[in-house]
Amino acid sequence: MTQLAKTPVLLQRRVMNALFQVVCGLCAILAILILGYVLWFLLSQGITYFKPSFFTNLPDNVNPALGGIKHSIIGSLNLLGIALCISLPIGILSGVYQAESSGKLSHVVRFLTDVLNGIPSIVVGLFVYAIWILPYALKHPGQGYSGIAGGTALGIMMIPLVMRTTDEMLRLVPQSLWDASLALGTPRWRTMLLIVLPAARNGIVTGVMLALARVSGETAPLLFTVLGNEFLGPITGPTDALPLRLYKYATSSDPVQNSMAWSTALTLLLIILILSILARFLTRAGKRI
Amino acid sequence: MQTVPCVTVKNVSFWYGINQALFDINMVIPQHAVTAFIGPSGCGKSTFLRCINRMNDRIDGAKMTGTIQLNDQDIRDRTVSVEALRRTVGMVFQKPVPFPMSIYDNIAFGPRTHRLASGRMLDELVEKCLTDAALWDEVKDKLKSSAMALSGGQQQRLCIARTLSVSPDVILMDEPCSALDPNSTHRIEELITRLKTDYTVIIVTHNLQQAKRISDVTGFFLRGELVEFGPSETVFTTPTRTETDDYINGRFG
Repeated sequence: MTQLAKTPVLLQRRVMNALFQVVCGLCAILAILILGYVLWFLLSQGITYFKPSFFTNLPDNVNPALGGIKHSIIGSLNLLGIALCISLPIGILSGVYQAESSGKLSHVVRFLTDVLNGIPSIVVGLFVYAIWILPYALKHPGQGYSGIAGGTALGIMMIPLVMRTTDEMLRLVPQSLWDASLALGTPRWRTMLLIVLPAARNGIVTGVMLALARVSGETAPLLFTVLGNEFLGPITGPTDALPLRLYKYATSSDPVQNSMAWSTALTLLLIILILSILARFLTRAGKRI
Repeated sequence: MQTVPCVTVKNVSFWYGINQALFDINMVIPQHAVTAFIGPSGCGKSTFLRCINRMNDRIDGAKMTGTIQLNDQDIRDRTVSVEALRRTVGMVFQKPVPFPMSIYDNIAFGPRTHRLASGRMLDELVEKCLTDAALWDEVKDKLKSSAMALSGGQQQRLCIARTLSVSPDVILMDEPCSALDPNSTHRIEELITRLKTDYTVIIVTHNLQQAKRISDVTGFFLRGELVEFGPSETVFTTPTRTETDDYINGRFG
């Protein structure tokens, strides 16, 4: 009865197996290589001006090499802070609604969220410009561009991302966990708040960090909203941000500033890295167990 | 054995959408006794169990007719809050589901929800529940560590302790031992036998020997109908229906 001898079918299967293993492996290596090359390139180019004065000084037009991007870093952090303040409550609460309701409205909301997700970032910038900055500037000439408007534009971009992750992560929480809590006579809201949301917390934090990383590099919406600034401006006026600074330096005629564009890009990358690590650390520490 | 009725079931039928899962169930479940439901898979015994604490409410398209009374109170009455009902009728599931938090917090969760105790009183309540569930000695030194690290049998006893923590009258158990090894099963069976002095226990089981060992009353379900219901010794030795006889003697199911 034993049929363990190598038949042609078995041989063919082995060949296919080996072939696909090699192809998949090569693709994986390629993906890592590309990422590694980008990082290495950024590091090798950006390290030149990566020194303390770069982070503590403002741009210096007389001696560009002594200049820094302190105001861009602060500006970017402010923008991301505002974007978080706007997108976290709206995104997470609407994600909870999405995960918990099955009515017609929830289908409509999910569809519209996907549409919102697909809107090019420059359109979001234009939108904020048209409904906020332009009317304001018409009433108060010379004013209008502000960090708050820019943060809002980034926040609008983050809402569908945060909402979608929250929805998906909540759906991954097993029904048995719901049942166990409800069977104790726990009201639905308390089950959601104390059992289900904490169980989904890590996934939600990861999703939020990805969204934050994505919008932190957005340049287009900022062109219409925060304008850019050579000085450290208040958040209620034109401010600078890292992507804007990068764009400005990269297109500058000064070779020193061209080189500084790489350092700016490296700084942006590091900030995202630090925020990600911080978020991981905080969720681990915040977890009761 | 004539005892006080605890749960009275009248003409209960149940549908998942258009599929009828239960047909005209009638029974009186005695207080402070262990009642076991047996029957082949898909016969409706779990569905019926979940009717008693209204866990089926969340299922879309589910419909129930008839009445279930808990101590003469219709559990589906407008004035009954489902939270209060589930506090009175606790439930232990097939797979142990500890909350992803510490052992202490697992037990304290229910009492905190219903504001039953706090501080010193809560500590005592947690100790009492864990002791009643025969788990205290094993976990008393690691109350603050994660409940997820316990073994399967310990987790199930933790879930029983958690159910006891909100002082229910009735405890529903849906195949509580089917995911456990024989030793853990034995400990849980001992526990169930002890629990019946203070609680009414209703258990669904696939294990006929288990039903025979621990139950006072047995109900046999088949294709959504309650075929036989009576004292366990009668059901297991001289059943009135041939289907029951066939099932408990392993001729089908």
